[in-house]
Amino acid sequence: MKSESTSWVKIVQNGLLGGFIALLLCTIGMVVTFDQLYVISGVITSGQLFVLFPILFESYLTVRRLPQKNNLNVLSTGGLVGLLGGVVLAILVLLGQVINLQNVLVNVSPDLFALLTFRLPLASGILILIIISGVSGMIGGAILLLPTRIRTALTQAILFIVILGTFRDLIYTVIIRWGFLQYAFLWLFAQSGLSIIGAIVIFVIVGGLSYWRAGKEKIITNVIRSPKQQRMYRWGSWGFIAIMILLLPIILGPYFSEILDNVGIYVLMGLGLNIVVGFAGLLDLGYVAFYAIGAYTLGVFTTTEAVGLLHLSFWSAVPLAIIVAVFAGVVLGLPVLRMRGDYLAIVTLGFGEIIRILVLSDWWQPLLGGPGGIVHIAQPTIANFVFGDQQRLYYVILVGIIIAGFIAIRLKDSHLGRSWMALREDEDVAQAMGINKVATKLLAFAMGALFSGLGGALFATKIGSVYPQSFSFIVSINILSLIIIGGMGSIPGVFIGGLALVGLPLLLTQFTDFRYLIYGAALVFMMLVKPEGLSPEARRRLELHEEIAEIPQEELTTALKTPGELGGK
Amino acid sequence: MLRTLRQRITLTDIVIWIIGLAIAGVVIFGTIRTLELHLYTGGGWIDLTIKGLALGGVYALIAMGYTMVYGILKMINFAHSEIFMSGPFTAVFVALGLSNSGFLDRQPVIALIIITLVSAAVSMVFAILLERICYRPLRTAPRLVPLITAIGASFFLQYMFRGLFGSQSRGYPTINALRGAWTFFGIQVFKVHAVVIISAIVMMLVLYAIVQWTKIGKAMRAVSEDKEAAELMGIDVDRIIVFTFALGGASAGIAGILYVILFPIVNFYMGFFPGIKAFTAAVLGGIGNVPGAFLGSILLGLLESLGPNLFLTGLNIPSPSQLKDAIAFIVLVLILIFRPTGILGERIAQDKA
Repeated sequence: MKSESTSWVKIVQNGLLGGFIALLLCTIGMVVTFDQLYVISGVITSGQLFVLFPILFESYLTVRRLPQKNNLNVLSTGGLVGLLGGVVLAILVLLGQVINLQNVLVNVSPDLFALLTFRLPLASGILILIIISGVSGMIGGAILLLPTRIRTALTQAILFIVILGTFRDLIYTVIIRWGFLQYAFLWLFAQSGLSIIGAIVIFVIVGGLSYWRAGKEKIITNVIRSPKQQRMYRWGSWGFIAIMILLLPIILGPYFSEILDNVGIYVLMGLGLNIVVGFAGLLDLGYVAFYAIGAYTLGVFTTTEAVGLLHLSFWSAVPLAIIVAVFAGVVLGLPVLRMRGDYLAIVTLGFGEIIRILVLSDWWQPLLGGPGGIVHIAQPTIANFVFGDQQRLYYVILVGIIIAGFIAIRLKDSHLGRSWMALREDEDVAQAMGINKVATKLLAFAMGALFSGLGGALFATKIGSVYPQSFSFIVSINILSLIIIGGMGSIPGVFIGGLALVGLPLLLTQFTDFRYLIYGAALVFMMLVKPEGLSPEARRRLELHEEIAEIPQEELTTALKTPGELGGK
Repeated sequence: MLRTLRQRITLTDIVIWIIGLAIAGVVIFGTIRTLELHLYTGGGWIDLTIKGLALGGVYALIAMGYTMVYGILKMINFAHSEIFMSGPFTAVFVALGLSNSGFLDRQPVIALIIITLVSAAVSMVFAILLERICYRPLRTAPRLVPLITAIGASFFLQYMFRGLFGSQSRGYPTINALRGAWTFFGIQVFKVHAVVIISAIVMMLVLYAIVQWTKIGKAMRAVSEDKEAAELMGIDVDRIIVFTFALGGASAGIAGILYVILFPIVNFYMGFFPGIKAFTAAVLGGIGNVPGAFLGSILLGLLESLGPNLFLTGLNIPSPSQLKDAIAFIVLVLILIFRPTGILGERIAQDKA
């Protein structure tokens, strides 16, 4: 009896939860904003997906926890959870008919109600809304009845359709550069989203491939390659990646290059903050300060306006920008040497804000331009070649990332890197082992400031002008989220985080308004579910998950062995 | 004697002391110069002082949330500034409704109490949800993890409110009953300032009484001393933690209404600066310490209100009030360097952190 009553409680809880998540997505305006984006033309929009997905997912979760699964209880449980979610949404629609909610909740518009009732008359619309929610709940449950192989194939195929459909306009901007691909594009895609034929084709291809690969997997891993072949294979793939990276702006065009430049600058700064937070464990929330210092130093020294000093070229001002940023890093580092954790976070946050307030103030206006900022900043030139547009600037940023990445990788397993990690784990023990706390911590701040200053300088030359608004606290949070979601202390994680967190919102303009909402949710979610990040560092994964068995043996041994091999003096 | 002293003082100490002395020198020099200039009359200084006290009162109520949570969980509830914002941002709709129906003018006291209760309730609900969803599962996690969660939660809440209620600022209706000024002992005090100062003091006394003299307050103090021992003595630690968050949330919600009495505008990012400053105040007074939070807040309010005019005008810095936010942060850095325990606090910043 008892298990039955608890399962009812679970159904009601999860149903309401799914409904409320869908409700929240509706009331904050995400659903209506994304409703303009068709996934499959004329069939379903991404806005509608945002309504149905939470409900579907909650029923999936409820069904997964059922003690025993048979056709009947899976479908009924899923369906009930879905119905409840639909009822929550229906209540919103009904409430909206009685009182004008838009005075308070700005995004609860007639558009939203039309969307939720499928543009039908009220009564039938609500009925259909509840029925469709129930059906999607049933689907969410029914997925669990399928064999694993079919389930993976199905989810992968649907995922591809959703991604391709949502990013239709972007794919178009790339395809348009390559004439012969246009016909395929026009066949697969409609004015907005995929055409129905396109969706079916992609479903069949991706689903089929995934199903086929799931069967093949065992055989492929059994192929043994000789060491020479392995080396060839590795060099070949690295070479291919390198060529792709070099050709990327030419293949993708100016719009994507702009995005790549932004991602690149954030990755560069992420590599620096990764040293401070990931390696040395110093949570720095004022990282934007060094970015601002780098950008403003470059601005002040290269601008052609009368306010500037010296009017240097880009290449001679960059070292200056870096030196000033590093100096600021050390100056900040000194007073906070003794602080740990939370206190350090708040003080560095304060430092970032002080810099922004000073830049905005009338006091420094004669030098830094106040709210008007500095304009006409020099662009990098070699002989007569100007790195003016986004496509050319990409290569300058790329060089910066390669240098920064190289330094970060080399530092990680160096004596200094080991000292940082020792301080991160236990300051007192590290000091007792003879690590100079002052110098080590200051070096971490200095390295972080170095990359950030360089990032700032590149940012200034990319935009051609600097304004105080570009250097708010949110930039620090941006970079922090990037390294945390990628995996603290992990260098590939910085790249993954940069692409996901900086690239995605720029790719999809609909995301812009919800960017920080999603960042916030992602930070919480990552910390609760996967604190080691998307691409975790081997050792950190060990710390956070004690079930060592999950980690491939090879990685484990390298993670444990390297201190002895590389860390000695 | 001299030799041990020399061993104990390192180069960094000297550098830090030089920085500190330099700042102290600038402050003293600036103050003397400003006073020599005779720019403000005595009445002007008194006005600024009262304004500072009112501001300090608001900070004190926010700081309570930081200090109580820190006392129990030893973590900074970074999202507390959003708890503070959620109350008045929701209550503005109640206030506008009451104002449109004319109730606010007819019964200002009852209307204000209703608005305050709504604000406190909303903030309390968000504080409890925050604890339940974001902090409870992470109680045993490494220290950085809940802090990052708190930052994420803070951003999520900010932009959730932006999505729900829009990104533009909304004005609170003017309360006619609070226009004008009263005169106490020949000193003119604006009614808004007087109301804020008195309510803040009353609220602080209530909070102090709850923590000091009620049974649940005793349990709170026991949990903050030693969680395991408290649990062994039969205290339900989870319930106490929830109560702490609820109390901190409610006082932040009330602080929110006092804040909008001073500055009658709400928007989704209004919590950031008051939150950071209240935290500074809590550290200034000694974090984890209730009277300390009050003392620190009053001091910070005064510094913020008087400081820019007093210290910076004499140094020929144009529009010094632009720098008032920077003063709060500089104060924070200075305390953490020279007296990390705060004015009344025990030694936490280094040892327990």
